[in-house]
Amino acid sequence: MFDVRPVDTDYVRHRAAQFRAQVERRLDGSLTEDEFRPLRLMNGVYLQLHAYMLRIAIPYGTISPDQMRMLAHLAETYDKGYGHWTTRQNIQFNWPRLVDIPDMLDHLASVGMHAIQTSGNTIRNVTTDAFAGAAADEYMDPRPYAELLRSWSTDHAEFQFLPRKFKIAITGAQRDRALVAAHDIGLRLRQQDGQTGFEVWVGGGLGRTPMLGKVIRDFLPEGDLLAYIEAIISTYNLSGRRDNKYKARIKITVHERGLDVFKAEVEEEFLNRRRDFHGADREALAIFKDRFAAPAFRNGPVDAYEAERARNGAFRSWTDTNLHPHKVDGYASVIVTFKTHGATPGDASADQMRLLADLAEQYGHSDLRISHDQNVVLPHVHKSDLPAVYAALQGAGLATANAGLTSDIIACPGMDYCTLATARSIPIAQEIATHFKDAGLEDEIGKLNIRISGCINACGHHHLGHIGILGLDRAGVENYQITLGGDGYDIPAIGERAGAGFPYDQVVPAIDRLLRAYLEVRADASERFIDAYRRLGPAPFKAALYPEPADD
Amino acid sequence: MSKAFVPTAAKPGVITANDLREGHNVWMCEDGWTADPAQATLFEDEAIADLALLKAVGQSGIVVGPYLVEARRGPNGPEPTHFREAFRQRGPSNYFHGIQAVKQAKQTEASNV
Repeated sequence: MFDVRPVDTDYVRHRAAQFRAQVERRLDGSLTEDEFRPLRLMNGVYLQLHAYMLRIAIPYGTISPDQMRMLAHLAETYDKGYGHWTTRQNIQFNWPRLVDIPDMLDHLASVGMHAIQTSGNTIRNVTTDAFAGAAADEYMDPRPYAELLRSWSTDHAEFQFLPRKFKIAITGAQRDRALVAAHDIGLRLRQQDGQTGFEVWVGGGLGRTPMLGKVIRDFLPEGDLLAYIEAIISTYNLSGRRDNKYKARIKITVHERGLDVFKAEVEEEFLNRRRDFHGADREALAIFKDRFAAPAFRNGPVDAYEAERARNGAFRSWTDTNLHPHKVDGYASVIVTFKTHGATPGDASADQMRLLADLAEQYGHSDLRISHDQNVVLPHVHKSDLPAVYAALQGAGLATANAGLTSDIIACPGMDYCTLATARSIPIAQEIATHFKDAGLEDEIGKLNIRISGCINACGHHHLGHIGILGLDRAGVENYQITLGGDGYDIPAIGERAGAGFPYDQVVPAIDRLLRAYLEVRADASERFIDAYRRLGPAPFKAALYPEPADD
Repeated sequence: MSKAFVPTAAKPGVITANDLREGHNVWMCEDGWTADPAQATLFEDEAIADLALLKAVGQSGIVVGPYLVEARRGPNGPEPTHFREAFRQRGPSNYFHGIQAVKQAKQTEASNV
């Protein structure tokens, strides 16, 4: 686990005290709302549809049991007993009072947490693979590099007022679970000629103009990471558009100017910047590599696990879906889905948070991760402990065996909470999940990524869903566009719009027709929806979504 | 301050905002601000609404982001005409939180008196 350094703690406490004074000045009239708004956003405080919202950073989704318990305390004391995992591995509280937020930030600072740079046109939370340091297909742990980037980008004086927000993702595994192609900068760890480095992607992003990133450097030696990233962002900082908010992301800069032109400027700037890095970054990286050393894995028999699998069908089913292969024999990563059928995707109660903290301490080397698909991962659990972990999760309503299945839906808060939303997302997700459970089709359908966004800003990653659903306001009525064929993991692809949108009450019937058609046309049970779509193209799926009216 | 809507007798409107300290939704009423949208003042005249909106903007120590939005006259007071405002007046659909919970608590309290 990574421990916060004293200097970080001091800084976070200082910022919390600063914000307390800013809130006091707002309340006594010394600051207008126009003056206060950017200050509260710098501290992760939004004003949403029903209340203020506080977004708290969970750097690269890694959180300790004590930090998790603090989130539980905040949920109970200042919110309505729950928090919401976000698609950028953070947590949001939906109901805090402005007058309570300084106290919340003080509590967070006491465990090394904060809400800095969770909003605004800054470098946001660096995200990575939720199975980092654990996955069997990982060749290098990305967390030391993610921590280097976090440390460097926090309060980086040059990058506090970028043209637009900026998101970095990094992975060190074969399968890209960090969605690097969909980020402003994406980094894939690589080895070349015995040297560690990165394949660097730039200009990816979703939102109203979805684009997959482009490779700007095939191989960047690890020692040059910060200098090169700084060159990219400083080039964007100067050349990115500030005249139009909707054209201000780096993807538009790269697209409009061309990758070659942008790359040439970056490479020139890199040579200048490189001279300013005198090795402190490399020293820090060495320290971070030590901090993220693997825990003391134990070597024990897994007979109890195998016996329970043979005895208990529900346990077997859960282990079939909710475990991820671990790099160490006898271990597995546990995916705790916050997608119980009919529940709000990503909502965790205070009791559930405390249980996870306890389980991490007792069985999981005190490590917890928040995944971008709004679940929680216990990355290191010995298989012999899985029956006990499963039983405890079952008692808390957290043992649903649905990771990667139809009901494991990413959904943004939508118009139930978000002031930018144009339609609701959450009830659509709830209804799809319960519908396919009741129809008994979820296991038969198998692996499927459904992603729902309540507006064009695409926080629900609908462009990357095998089935994407986008909620819009069409003449004062909620209307939902369906996209097909998106993927963030294996073959990055932006989903294609299937056709005209559906009214709210027609979305579930449309998805039902679509998935029943898939079951008809797939080659066999091992062919996933996305594979069938790639093989057959959109025609049979569009035909299911938009059936010809029957002739009378 | 946003003014996307101009009220008329045929298309009246209400002024709504968020409470500065608490964050919850409020509506302008005869004697200030209320968390009960049914108590909101219904504006049918552009000039009067403009003056009221200016007054609301001047109350930045009480509310945040006041704006005029269409509403219709209902049997128990103004009613929303757009689903966004309907959600603001009710609360989220996934939990019984927000105004719907406050209303129920008040009704329970009244029935216990």
